[in-house]
Amino acid sequence: MRPEVALPVLLPLLSGAISLLFWRSRPMQRFIAVAGNVALLVVSLWLFVATLSDGYITMQMGNWPAPFGITLVADMLSAVMVLLTGIIGLAMGIYSLATTGRGHEKFGYYPLMHLLLAGVAGAFLTGDIFNLYVWFEVMLVASFALLTLGGERAQMEGAIKYVTLNLLASVIFLTAVGLLYGTLGTLNMADIALRLDVAEHTGMVEVLAVMFMVAFGIKAAAFPLFFWLPASYHTPSVAVSALFAGLLTKVGVYSLFRVFTLMFDQTMGYLQDIMLWGAVFTMVTGVLGAAAQHEFRRILSFHIVSQIGYMILGLALYTPLAIAGGAFAIMHNIVVKTNLFLISGITHRLQGTYQLKKMGGLYRERPWLAVAFFISAFSLAGIPPLSGFFAKFVLVRAGLEAGAYVATGFALAVGLMTLYSMVKIWNEVFWKALPEDNLVPSSQTPVGDDGRLVKPSLWMMYLPVGVLALMSLLIGLFAEPVMNVMTAIGDQLTTPSGYIEAVLGASVSPEGALASPGEIQAEETENGSEDLP
Amino acid sequence: MEPLMALAIGLLYATAVFMMLRRSIVKLVIGLLLLSNAANLLIFTTAGMTRGAPPLIPEGLQQPLGEVADPLPQAVVLTAIVIAFGVLAFAVVLIRRAYEIVKADDLDKMKETDT
Repeated sequence: MRPEVALPVLLPLLSGAISLLFWRSRPMQRFIAVAGNVALLVVSLWLFVATLSDGYITMQMGNWPAPFGITLVADMLSAVMVLLTGIIGLAMGIYSLATTGRGHEKFGYYPLMHLLLAGVAGAFLTGDIFNLYVWFEVMLVASFALLTLGGERAQMEGAIKYVTLNLLASVIFLTAVGLLYGTLGTLNMADIALRLDVAEHTGMVEVLAVMFMVAFGIKAAAFPLFFWLPASYHTPSVAVSALFAGLLTKVGVYSLFRVFTLMFDQTMGYLQDIMLWGAVFTMVTGVLGAAAQHEFRRILSFHIVSQIGYMILGLALYTPLAIAGGAFAIMHNIVVKTNLFLISGITHRLQGTYQLKKMGGLYRERPWLAVAFFISAFSLAGIPPLSGFFAKFVLVRAGLEAGAYVATGFALAVGLMTLYSMVKIWNEVFWKALPEDNLVPSSQTPVGDDGRLVKPSLWMMYLPVGVLALMSLLIGLFAEPVMNVMTAIGDQLTTPSGYIEAVLGASVSPEGALASPGEIQAEETENGSEDLP
Repeated sequence: MEPLMALAIGLLYATAVFMMLRRSIVKLVIGLLLLSNAANLLIFTTAGMTRGAPPLIPEGLQQPLGEVADPLPQAVVLTAIVIAFGVLAFAVVLIRRAYEIVKADDLDKMKETDT
């Protein structure tokens, strides 16, 4: 019984439910939004520390033994992702207090936010492939509602594309799960991994692997399946954009990492080239798309796509170092990308627009905001000593070691192009003087999402931005301990036997509490594998 | 039974994709609906269809006698149906709102947010 694995899922669900009970009480919902997310951060820290010492933490829901019930598993990758969910959740909780209009709050903004976090944490922690689908849907339904909250024309148009393509991905995922169950007769991911190793190869396994790759590729916004993302991510209110940008696509990337390192590791030889070139094209198209844009959030949306390419590159190279680099890229990107969106929200609050041409002069007016943007933007481009540099450094080194020179070359070139886009934003928003024809001078009282004048409670917006910028800086300055964690992730993912033992081994033993856990686990796994057909 | 089901499922997938490729948003949602139904039927069929053998354990025994139907895909399908129902209900509301705002049942008129 390890409650820390279940709590990151249960707590946001609970906060969401309590928040729903206070449907009419805006102050109460706002209080729960912060308190619930603080609690989520605390339990995710607990889970992270516990995983750091134990390696794997499993919990069988309802005490059903492993391949039959639903398993919750945390390995290093899950724990890091859940920790980041907690951090981003709290940042968003605080930031939303200042940016969410009353109209949005009345229609359930905060309960939906909690539900979304529950879905994300559930997807990171589940060890059951159908359960992963369910958490995906929990997350998606919440994100649909958040995306359309407000009901402007752009939101509707973006939402139709977002909903259609994500549902299509879900159906492909569900179809693959159905076929997988028909082929192997199990839904537990560790059990699937075991049975796939001994299953006869009829071509079905390859088909399934490709179906999972396409389904998660759509969700992760990889080339050529990313078109829903730049069409929709700049339409909702900025806190929602930031939350989506930070977490949603990363759930797709996480699932790719999980499925292709655990279950379909033997098909990697077959899919590696496709994935590698997919990653390269994702990086290049994303960054080129961003270069053509002149709207703050659209540029950032295309950069999400571009950065997804780096993460998938880590998976495609498929060495422990490359996977560590991919995980580093995920972690760094969640922090930095969320922060850039948050900064775009502050500049919108100050100048009333996202159009770069109409903005300007913020370096003189808000030097600290400029510093926060500078840190995040240069970190995204991979300038030392910020967090992005080390993510890219590890990936490039892994790429050179694996002999993938072309892909590595593209990764470096895309870094330069990222710098171009970031410098473009820097020049237009912070450096140049405010254009005289800007109708919204920065001294005017800022306007909320629903068009009403709001109190300028900017400190609630500055606080998360400052903390996240500091995190990016600290990850860069103290890269070694972070890299140790990432190396552990790389090792764990490339040796799936540890995960399988942790899930299937511990559950077979009701009397396991008496002896030392290490010996029992080894014994039980032997027994477990004999039982298999 | 399985070949018939396979044909029906294939037809459903094909119809769904055809509907989704039309320009009308109403047909788009009908396509999504057919698609999720096709996936549900597929899960039901691939797990093997057993006729008239409910997975019940007779009193006093530890396991069922003879071959019984696999209850797990049925539970999975049930969950998937509920999820699809919720999501499609949302999609129907979404297209209604979109129609009210855009005043057209045409995806080609909804390209403002594209680049």
